Amino acid sequence: MTIADQVTGTPIAGTAGAKPAEAKPRAAAPAISLPAIGERELRLDLFRGLALWLIFIDHLPPSLLTWFTIRNYGFSDATEIFIFISGYTAAFVYGRAMLESGVVIATARILRRVWQIYVAHVFLFTIFLAEISYVATSFENPLYTEEMGIMDFLKQPDVTIVQALLLRFRPVNMDVLPLYIVLMLALPLILWSMKWKPDVTLALSVVLYAVTWEYDLYFSAYPNGFWAFNPLAWQLLFVFGAWCALGGARRMSRILASPVTMWIAIAYIVAAFYVTLTWYVPQLSHLMPKRLEQWMYPIDKTDLDVLRFTHFLALAALTVRFLPRDWPGLKSPWLRPLILCGSHSLEIFCLGVFLAFAGHFILAEVSGGAAMHALISLSGILIMWGVAWVISWYKRVADKSGAKTKNAVGNADLAGGG
Amino acid sequence: MKAKVLLSLILLCGVLAAPQARADDAAPAAAAVPPACELPSYLLSSESQLPKVAEAVKSGKPLEILVIGSRSTTIPSSEGSSYPARMEAILKEKLPPAEAVHVSVELQSKKSAEETAATFVKLMEAKRPTLVIWQTGTVDAIRAIDPDDFRGAVTEGVAALQNAGADVVLMNLQYSPRTETMISAQPFLDNMKVVAQEHDIPLFDRFAIMRQWNDQGQFDLFSPSRGPELAKQVHDCLGRALAQFVIDAAHVGPAQQQN
Repeated sequence: MTIADQVTGTPIAGTAGAKPAEAKPRAAAPAISLPAIGERELRLDLFRGLALWLIFIDHLPPSLLTWFTIRNYGFSDATEIFIFISGYTAAFVYGRAMLESGVVIATARILRRVWQIYVAHVFLFTIFLAEISYVATSFENPLYTEEMGIMDFLKQPDVTIVQALLLRFRPVNMDVLPLYIVLMLALPLILWSMKWKPDVTLALSVVLYAVTWEYDLYFSAYPNGFWAFNPLAWQLLFVFGAWCALGGARRMSRILASPVTMWIAIAYIVAAFYVTLTWYVPQLSHLMPKRLEQWMYPIDKTDLDVLRFTHFLALAALTVRFLPRDWPGLKSPWLRPLILCGSHSLEIFCLGVFLAFAGHFILAEVSGGAAMHALISLSGILIMWGVAWVISWYKRVADKSGAKTKNAVGNADLAGGG
Repeated sequence: MKAKVLLSLILLCGVLAAPQARADDAAPAAAAVPPACELPSYLLSSESQLPKVAEAVKSGKPLEILVIGSRSTTIPSSEGSSYPARMEAILKEKLPPAEAVHVSVELQSKKSAEETAATFVKLMEAKRPTLVIWQTGTVDAIRAIDPDDFRGAVTEGVAALQNAGADVVLMNLQYSPRTETMISAQPFLDNMKVVAQEHDIPLFDRFAIMRQWNDQGQFDLFSPSRGPELAKQVHDCLGRALAQFVIDAAHVGPAQQQN
């Protein structure tokens, strides 16, 4: 059900030793297996790049471009793609590290990555502080005296900043990185468990998801409330991505290839599209059975509603089926910008959040209409592409100059799941 | 995401109701509404009804309206121009001259829905209104209160108001583009829609209305202006829209009464 079902790499030598005794006889492969080194799965980069663009557009105020984002056509949105691919790539890179260098070294490398993401988050928070402080001092429209109450936290920076460093105070649109940090922190455990028994790990993840729903578990936030993306629920997508990366996808390839799966996925996507359509074309809504509505709503994003998760699965199943790994279009120059952005996702994600702040700021200061809005969206995407290109260029140059940095094992940017 | 259903229902209702309304009372209404206040009719219609208001107007009893709000209910230092006052004026204009309309305002600044709802029993004993317009959500959004808790609080509040014998209209947050990156309004808007739908009460979608004005260029809500002019104009339009909304939901407009 993933983007890498047809990964054809060979299992790593040495995995065989770790193979659990009851590995299915049909799959003579070890418990986990990885594609060959050096193969870059362009579809992962492509869709992660797409997710980054969509997240950027969704963070801007609504405009014409917003209609191109997938959340308008079904239940799931770019966040699902992003977290799934992040789980996939993280498991791919650090799973290999764990098999080759051992648990301790892999854990150390994961923690280093967590630190990078954390620093990126704090950097974005600083930018947010600058923006909000500016607005607080320059904007005194009496219409919005109440909304200005949001600035109250500036009155106690001691508490606020410490809470932000603890990831408990998170401004709007800054929820994804903390989620990712927590998921990455859990990654050593996930990988260690996957190395032992991937299916059991996935089952445990499902259990945790179910328990989270049943007992309403959550991460508390400051000043109150909870995390907008509950890591206890969203881990399911991340672990599922990891499971797919470590051989699950291949074992599922028969299911994925079956026309039954395809038609179920199509039917579900069409149904979801129809439901979404009723949100925008109200004439259709009287065709929706009231009981179905009551059962279905609300579709909860915080706890990764089952409807969202299955919608993502259906999309992924169809993607894998109709977009083969060796699809020539992946090499086309038209998709190059997306793939470039997707392959430097942490940097480009942070840039996207920053550009969304900047875009808001420009819209507020210059007070632009639709044309300005479109201009900001497009230039934001161009900037993301340009910066991704520069990073690639720099990496290439750096790799050339120091052969010792060229290290397939240390290909951290593949895992760069920002 | 969630609860777009009610919105859709409102939209649908608007689409169905629009031609009829237009045919009946287009002339007087169109003449009275300033161009800046114009809104598509779906934003001013609701499928839910206000039976007690309808009954009060039909039997000629005085119409007591209580607006329970927060700081955005009013304009600092010009209460007379705030939307409750404007609504009162428009209602007096549009309802039969014999109808006594009285609007009172209960401000609960910096209180969440839960804190506000806790005062409802006493408040209703003291005021005994026919209609309560409960404007809420902003403080909860600023404090990022758990949307489920918020929904629970609004549900309890609505139940308390209904038990005290009043019709209820819910009013959601303001559209505030400047603070869009700082306040996450969507979960609160969604949950208010859900509560309105569950209790079959009208929801005055202040957020969508103000966004419509901003998007159509009638008002520049990004404006950093310090003067009260913009606020006065917006509140005037909100008051008109709210009066129209109440009249439509109660079916007590001139057109409906003839039918």
